[in-house]
Amino acid sequence: MPQSADKVLDHAPLFQQPEYKEMLAQKKINFECGHPDEMVKEIGDWTKSWEYREKNLAREALTVNPAKACQPLGAVFASQGYEATMPFVHGSQGCVAYYRSHLSRHFKEPSSCVSSSMTEDAAVFGGLINMVDGLANTKALYDPKMIAVSTTCMAEVIGDDLNSFILQAKEKGSVDTDFDVPHAHTPAFVGSHVDGYDNMQKGILSHFWDKAERVEGAGLNIIPGFDGFAVGNNREIKRMLDEMGVDFTFLSDVSDVYDTPSDGEFRMYSGGTKLEDARSALNAKATISLQEWCTPKTMEYIAGKGQETAALHYPMGIQATDEFLMKVSALTGKAIPDSLKLERGRLVDALADSQAHLHGKTYAIYGDPDFVYAMARFVMEMGGEPVHCLATNGGKKWAKQMEELLASSPFGKQGQVWAGKDLWHMRSLLDTEPVDMLIGNSYGKYLERDTGTPLIRLMFPIFDRHHHHRFPTMGYQGALNVLVKLLDTVFDKLDDDTIIPGETDYSYDLTR
Amino acid sequence: MSELRQIAFYGKGGIGKSTTSQNTLAALVEMGQKILIVGCDPKADSTRLILNSKAQDTVLHLAAEMGSVEDLELEDVLKVGFKDIKCVESGGPEPGVGCAGRGVITSINFLEENGAYEDVDYVSYDVLGDVVCGGFAMPIRENKAQEIYIVMSGEMMALYAANNIAKGILKYANSGGVRLGGLICNERQTDKELELAEAMAAKLGSKLIHFVPRDNIVQHAELRRQTVLQYAPESKQAMEYRELARKIHENSGKGVIPTPVTMDELEEMLMEFGIMQSEEEREAMIAAQESEQAAG
Repeated sequence: MPQSADKVLDHAPLFQQPEYKEMLAQKKINFECGHPDEMVKEIGDWTKSWEYREKNLAREALTVNPAKACQPLGAVFASQGYEATMPFVHGSQGCVAYYRSHLSRHFKEPSSCVSSSMTEDAAVFGGLINMVDGLANTKALYDPKMIAVSTTCMAEVIGDDLNSFILQAKEKGSVDTDFDVPHAHTPAFVGSHVDGYDNMQKGILSHFWDKAERVEGAGLNIIPGFDGFAVGNNREIKRMLDEMGVDFTFLSDVSDVYDTPSDGEFRMYSGGTKLEDARSALNAKATISLQEWCTPKTMEYIAGKGQETAALHYPMGIQATDEFLMKVSALTGKAIPDSLKLERGRLVDALADSQAHLHGKTYAIYGDPDFVYAMARFVMEMGGEPVHCLATNGGKKWAKQMEELLASSPFGKQGQVWAGKDLWHMRSLLDTEPVDMLIGNSYGKYLERDTGTPLIRLMFPIFDRHHHHRFPTMGYQGALNVLVKLLDTVFDKLDDDTIIPGETDYSYDLTR
Repeated sequence: MSELRQIAFYGKGGIGKSTTSQNTLAALVEMGQKILIVGCDPKADSTRLILNSKAQDTVLHLAAEMGSVEDLELEDVLKVGFKDIKCVESGGPEPGVGCAGRGVITSINFLEENGAYEDVDYVSYDVLGDVVCGGFAMPIRENKAQEIYIVMSGEMMALYAANNIAKGILKYANSGGVRLGGLICNERQTDKELELAEAMAAKLGSKLIHFVPRDNIVQHAELRRQTVLQYAPESKQAMEYRELARKIHENSGKGVIPTPVTMDELEEMLMEFGIMQSEEEREAMIAAQESEQAAG
């Protein structure tokens, strides 16, 4: 036996031992009854052809590996960014297990969220009883300051009315009448997590603001949007605003809840926007959304309350960060301090230092609409060329924005925009029009394997690499982090390509 | 522009909801009101008399064709008919499949988000049958219809449906602003129909808004895909609908929280009117018939 108690082999090397190889080979011959290897290879090669690509892009009735999650996941994420808030998803348990595991696997932190556990009888008779019991249990067991209710498909199909249910639950004494229970309808079969984020933000703000009178002040609200790098990014944005001396309120800030320390105390809730601050955020002079496509309805609502609004596209890279800082400066009258100008200069210097390795590199980028926009823009600032820009949850208007962006730079000439396409489409694109690097999330590793395109993980979810989300990607400092990730990939590839002694090692150089 | 008023017509299938609502709205538009009709019936026949056409393309049908609701534009689904009445049909699945209730939710959300409710005085929902699921209750949820009008007749099952709809309204009346505007009796020429309709309205704590007499001219107009208001504007029936429209217009804010009754109470009422026999009477009658047959 290759396995022994003295030297335990993990499964991967174990299965490489002769006994296992033999067993698996026998299994394939005797039981799998598959097609011959030659045919598998032939079909495999055909899926890399232009002919297959055309068929793939003409696909109508099937989605393979969409690069998006569903609405309630975004709603849960938005809720968790408020002080001591328990997200409550009205629907079945399995859905909630998915949001929690998805968020936990990415952030490597517990993700608290409850479900109203709807089952067959709730589907038939409506989920009112589940709401009544669920709110009471949540309050009793987890003692939150606010319970933010969203919905799964099931509750949406049967048409449960959250507003009415929550009022009735309060009448029945589940929670006090004045206890904060904002809500948002988030049908998972419509839109994506960015829409769920938007709906929940609007739900929470309208809960606090609808019956209040606005007295205009000088403050500034920041809505970060759905962001896998929220822990690093929110802190970086706050640091820059502090440097400017701006009086600001983050509306939904998960940076502490998804980065709790190990010091012997479990924190179910940590940090987040104080409910009092969320309430008084109505009086701010203006609100900036860092991600336009995460906040269309919320920003419309805020503008309707009389605030100035501005929506950006993920302030990552030089121009995007410039825009953010200049917008803040214009809205608050605070000057951009020299310390930030210095950071900018250092970033530009770093880009110039590595120019020889960045210029002309080609990229495929996928992810959420605002991220793809920002990433393509930053790539062009570095002298790189975005070739494929794909967002499964991007629509026609996003595609138009992207096309305008690509048209604004000579580096965008060969850029193509793929709105609503999925990662199986991306596979065909990479096979037929290869690029130097792929930027996306962990799901891209299968594309990396199939097409040999090195993957850079900059988008939620990242399950198979740890702690990247703790470092910012926004702002000038964040841009440096992104730059280093791209350069490391460039250099790793260069080393790989020159590593065989006497064969490819003409420039296996110490200095790059 | 005055504040947007939203009303909904509910009633048993086949009772004449669509006909009554379209004729009434055609009369309302004569009073200078800007109207949007939202058909919430998978049959999609809530706007054909206004548009003088076959059933229009529905929100869900077009959404299915284009792939998703997000791809739709308001112009695709909103048609303008008789005297600039705006018309939308939510549509829904073929009988036997899918979920029509979800379709209603999807359509109404789409219309709201895309500004269909701007620049109108009235939004009128025409809703199929009883309140059968949460989706069909969408028009009576928060911030939607303020008043519900139940179209009914003197028939047993129409009364039963009216009572059921009142139960649905009651569910939402406490948490939202929805009220029962009243009953509209569409004459079927059953026994003591007017009295029965009035009694039913009283039981529900409401009132009979109008008794629409039966007139074949409605049928003639309908065969031409027209409302009576358009087909025969001077006819007596057209005047009836104008009267109904005026009453509904003046009924703004006068709706009530309904007091639905139990099935037993409903049957009792029918017995009082002598329309229905009590169980004892019925058994006695069957026994009498049987003994007659045995003797014969």
